Formats: sequence, structure tokens, C-alpha cells
Amino acid sequence: MADDKKGGFLSDLFAPVGGFGVTFATMFRKVATTEYPEVKRPTAQRFHGRHQLNRHPDGLEKCVGCELCAWACPADAILVEGANNDDASGQRFSPGERYGRVYQINYLRCIFCGLCIEACPTRALTMTNEYEIADNNRADLIFTKEQLLAPLQGGMVPAPHPMVQGMEERDYYLGKVSQATPEQKEWAQAHHAGDPQTQEATS
Amino acid sequence: MGLEEKLPAGFVLTTLESVVGYMRKASIWPATFGLACCAIEMMAVGTPDYDIARFGMERFSATPRQADLMIVAGRVSNKMAPVVRQVYDQMPNPKWVISMGVCASSGGMFNNYAIVQGVDHIIPVDIYLPGCPPRPEMLLNAIIELHDQIQNSKLGVNRVAAARAAEEAALRAVPTSLMPPTHDHGALTATPGRNLLA
Repeated sequence: MADDKKGGFLSDLFAPVGGFGVTFATMFRKVATTEYPEVKRPTAQRFHGRHQLNRHPDGLEKCVGCELCAWACPADAILVEGANNDDASGQRFSPGERYGRVYQINYLRCIFCGLCIEACPTRALTMTNEYEIADNNRADLIFTKEQLLAPLQGGMVPAPHPMVQGMEERDYYLGKVSQATPEQKEWAQAHHAGDPQTQEATS
Repeated sequence: MGLEEKLPAGFVLTTLESVVGYMRKASIWPATFGLACCAIEMMAVGTPDYDIARFGMERFSATPRQADLMIVAGRVSNKMAPVVRQVYDQMPNPKWVISMGVCASSGGMFNNYAIVQGVDHIIPVDIYLPGCPPRPEMLLNAIIELHDQIQNSKLGVNRVAAARAAEEAALRAVPTSLMPPTHDHGALTATPGRNLLA
């Protein structure tokens, strides 16, 4: 181009390497990358992660085995089988009439849509923010009730054990139960002496 | 194939295994293979924010012949199935497969005639990754799991022995109809082998 103004001698000399200036300057910029396995960026508060089956403050399970989550699931990922609570034979897992005896979520079907959470009438099923669940076979990604149940907090005794003396089912939902009573602990110790979780909770 | 096939089992071979595993896991090139929405998350993993290049996966290979890892990202329709298999066959050994997302892993919510119910019906899968779609961190997590698997993979006679052991275990496996029930059905308790529907 004849009209183009020619640069000076120096700018002509450095023109071929001028672009490297950008590369060089970038080395001193802040890096945008999150170093994932070491630094884990917190998820959004309501991120849909792995499920959790919650407990009442005394350790009884909140799940009543109604199967509404399984019915709501668009991917048919949830299997629930309810059963009757039976105080006489010491099979009391939740306050009220029924409990979820079998509870399985197939994480290779689950699309984390949260419809099961919306369907749950007792807030037994909620979602955590945990998302690291990759595995190398299909069978291990079907989570069972033991894996899904919430960890025991202070004052909880793992089910089965009787309800708090003098309380009925609705009292649990009115928040009148705050922790396992000494009677419940005694009962659990007498009936599940070999269970390490019970030992830890009652000692 | 190479030196490792001639080595006897023992210290030298196990050392070689760990060295080869270390080398292999540090430079896996994934094939560009996005099938559906999961591919968007897979592309996000390539951005500076997540930066898949940190794991030695510098670029997504545009040809399967230069790829080691196939990330099946998305639902595989029956029409796509032969293509998936062909791309897999075109990749040179050793090769690995991550089944990304529930649709690739098991069909997910698309339990219908058009979708292959799990890409492991077509190709062997090394890592199953749940999620719909999985967030980029989940894919990175799956890649790290795969690294562990590659680091601990066997070579030469050890690999033959491991394959034989796996086959024997598979042959010993009880058919599901004879398996003990995972939970009792109360009054309906099945005698092993009896079909409840019969």
C-alpha cells in the first residue's frame, strides 16, 4: 500500500516480536482457573446434589414410606418399600404408622431435578451439596438407605427405638422433641448392644 | 506387544507398571465427542475457569485416531450407536471411556425405544458419571478417578492374570434369579430361584 505511513526504524525492527509482549504481560495477570481438586469452589446454596434421608432430633427416621418421591420421579430412579412400625417386636423406625424399609436411589437414573424433594410430605428427603459420586460400575451407584441416611447428630440414637414417652406422631412435627430421652437410650442399649453406632450415641 | 509382554511377574514388571501408569495418566487426549447437553459442560471444562489442560488433556482430539479417552457426553440414540462403536474402534489402544451423565450411563430419564439404555451396551465403560448434566467439577472428579484406575492398571503377565481372575469371578457369579433377596418381602418371601410372576 503506497498510502500507508511507514513506521520508524525501531518499530519496524520490533514489529515481528511485538505480539509476544501480550504473552509476556499475561504471565503477570491473575489466573482465573480454580484449582479444582485442591480448591473446591462452594456450590450455590440450593445446588441439587446427592440426597439425604433426614432424622428427627431423637434419631427416628422422618421417612414414612409413602412412596410419593418414587411416584414423582420422572426417571424412575427411586425405589421405596414401606412397612409397618411395630412397637411390640421393637421395630419402630419412625413416629407414626409406617416407615421406609427399603429405600434406594439409582444415581445413574437420577437427574437431580428435585421433584422428589417437593413431593416429600415430611421433609424426610432433601438434597445435599455433595457432587463427587463418579464410580467405575453401575451397581455401586445404586445408593441404599444406609448410605442415604443423615449422619447422627448430637442427642440422636439410631433407629429402631421407641418414640419419646407421652409423645404422639404430630408432636414430632410440632417440634416438641428436641433429643433422645434417657429411656430411649436405655432401650437402645438393651436391644442393640452390639451396634457400634448405638454404643457411641448412648455412651 | 512390547517389552512388558516379555518381563516375568515381579519387581521389574510392577515398577514398569507404575511408571507406565504415571506416564499414561498424565497425557490423555480426549476425543471430541459431544452428543447432547452434557457436551456443553464438557466444553466448559476446557475453558480457563476449569482448565482441563492441567490434567495433561491439552486439547480435544478432532480425530479418534489420536485420542485415548472417549467422553460419551449425552444420550446415545439407537441410530447413533454404530457411530459410537466405530469411533471407539478407531481409537488406538490403550483407550478409556467415561460415560458422562445419566443418559449415557443408563438411559437416564429417557427410558424409551429410541435411546440406548447405557452406553456400556456398546462399548466398555471405565467410569460412570451421574448428573444431568454433571457440573464441570464432577467431570474433573471423574477424570481424577480415571487417573487412579490407569495408575493401578496391570501390564503383561499381570494383566493376563487380572483378566483371568475377573473372568473367573464373572463365571462364579450367581444369576439374579438365584440371588438372595436384598430385602425380605414379608409374606411374599421368595424361595430362591422361584419366579414370583410365574
